Amino acid sequence: MIQVKNLTKAYGDRVAVNGISFHIDEGEIVGFLGPNGAGKTTTMRMITCFMPATSGSASVGGHDVFTESMQVRRVIGYLPESTPLDIHLRSREYLNFRGKIRGLSRSERAAAIKRVADLCWLGEFIDRPIHQLSKGMKQRVGLADALLHDPKVLILDEPTVGLDPTQIRETRNLIQELAKRHTVLLSSHILPEVEATCQRTIIIAGGSIVASGSPDELKTRIREGSRLIAELTGDAAAIEKAVKSVNGVKEVARESDNGWHRFIIETNKNADPREAIYKLASENKWSMRELRLEAGTLEEFFVRITAEQAAQRKAAEVRS
Amino acid sequence: MIDRIKALTERELAAIFLSFIAYVVGVLFLLVTGMLFTFETLTEGGEATMRPLFDHMSWLLILALPLITMRMISDEYASGTVETLMTAPVSDAEVVLGKFFGTFLFYVALILSTLVYVVALAMFSKPDLLATAYGYLGLLLLGALYASVGLFASSLTRHQLIAAVLAIAILALFSYAVDYLAMIQGGAWRSTLSYINILHHFKDFSKGIFDTKAIVFFVSSTAFFLFLCVKVMESKRWR
Repeated sequence: MIQVKNLTKAYGDRVAVNGISFHIDEGEIVGFLGPNGAGKTTTMRMITCFMPATSGSASVGGHDVFTESMQVRRVIGYLPESTPLDIHLRSREYLNFRGKIRGLSRSERAAAIKRVADLCWLGEFIDRPIHQLSKGMKQRVGLADALLHDPKVLILDEPTVGLDPTQIRETRNLIQELAKRHTVLLSSHILPEVEATCQRTIIIAGGSIVASGSPDELKTRIREGSRLIAELTGDAAAIEKAVKSVNGVKEVARESDNGWHRFIIETNKNADPREAIYKLASENKWSMRELRLEAGTLEEFFVRITAEQAAQRKAAEVRS
Repeated sequence: MIDRIKALTERELAAIFLSFIAYVVGVLFLLVTGMLFTFETLTEGGEATMRPLFDHMSWLLILALPLITMRMISDEYASGTVETLMTAPVSDAEVVLGKFFGTFLFYVALILSTLVYVVALAMFSKPDLLATAYGYLGLLLLGALYASVGLFASSLTRHQLIAAVLAIAILALFSYAVDYLAMIQGGAWRSTLSYINILHHFKDFSKGIFDTKAIVFFVSSTAFFLFLCVKVMESKRWR
């Protein structure tokens, strides 16, 4: 449904999106995950025909975004990040205008507005001026607009930013509901968000795709950066030496506090030496009050990836 | 295409009538023209003609119309609504035409309300109605050109005030500035400078002369500024 090939966007010297390629099949719900400034919005803007690519190509529903822009715009429903709306209008007037420019007849508009108002729980707010609505309500009006023409493809840029927890849950449920009938591409910088809604995730950082796969696959990759935390009493130096010799342990750091020693243990990939460390402690009669696996977070994953990218760039510069 | 332009025109008209500035501009315009009409035209022994008032309107509108058009495109960019607009199946030209027709309809409503002065004039004497009709035709052409220049200026910047000042400057350049230059320059320059003088073309209409050349001038220059406006919006996508 969405096909992206070597898509690149440069603003002057700054490359915002650097030759990314991916494709999304019909009926898929795909999450676009990345830190702020990673190129998510820029990529979405190129797919939705808002801005042309510097190089590369993208197509939606078999139509090229550059040469067949109008056909692409007809199949896409797009919710931009900032949810821009005509604030001087009432929600119903706004949706009516949007229906008109999408070529819906009067009766089609009436039916469509009723459908999206129910779907997005606009309720009584549909007859309020938009400038009076809360951020969450505006988001729903924006989503209602994106759904008005029953598009095959929905592109949602950070659909839950600025919402309260209840609204976030409702919006997630709605998106999952929508995914049954539409192909959905949504962006987020929060992992649980994408985990909760998407079948597949594309992680983008520094304008490039750094990983993609199902949420489970990505979780494994993200947790490569996991470490163990152990708190023990006893001879700190001896413990550290013993722990270091355990199979699978890569690095040990130590902090001491009131007779307790806190060891932060970096492990090798896929190794989990928790059992071995427990045995070691009980054999040596060291008392232990904590032993746990600290899962790597998405933020750390981003930091690691960005650091790797920077290192690669530096290496490339040195070579040239 | 017609349906989309119509929808966009209605949207602009709604935005104009829901904005405070349109009422301020409308009231001030009618107040000033009303005063000029009362104290200048409606005098004993005065000539029964709308001509001086038409000439006053030509400069008043240089100040009035840019205040209506200033937010039209700049605000789309400043508020981000350009993103939803330009990802809907409408072309840049349709957007610009919708804004142009919206402004023009508002302008027609404003100009029509000055017909009261013609009625007042006809109550006391016998003005030349054909000449007055040509004067109004000239006003319509003039307003269309001013609106297109205003929209062009609005497409250049995100700041409404800069857009207004820019439009007033462009209009003043092609009326008063070239008039002054034509006065101090002689020879070949003079005819060129007076050809690009907007008010020079308008004067024929305000005098009550039907001038085909002036119609060509107004229509083509209006189209030219609308075209520039579309091109500016297209070029903004690449940045």
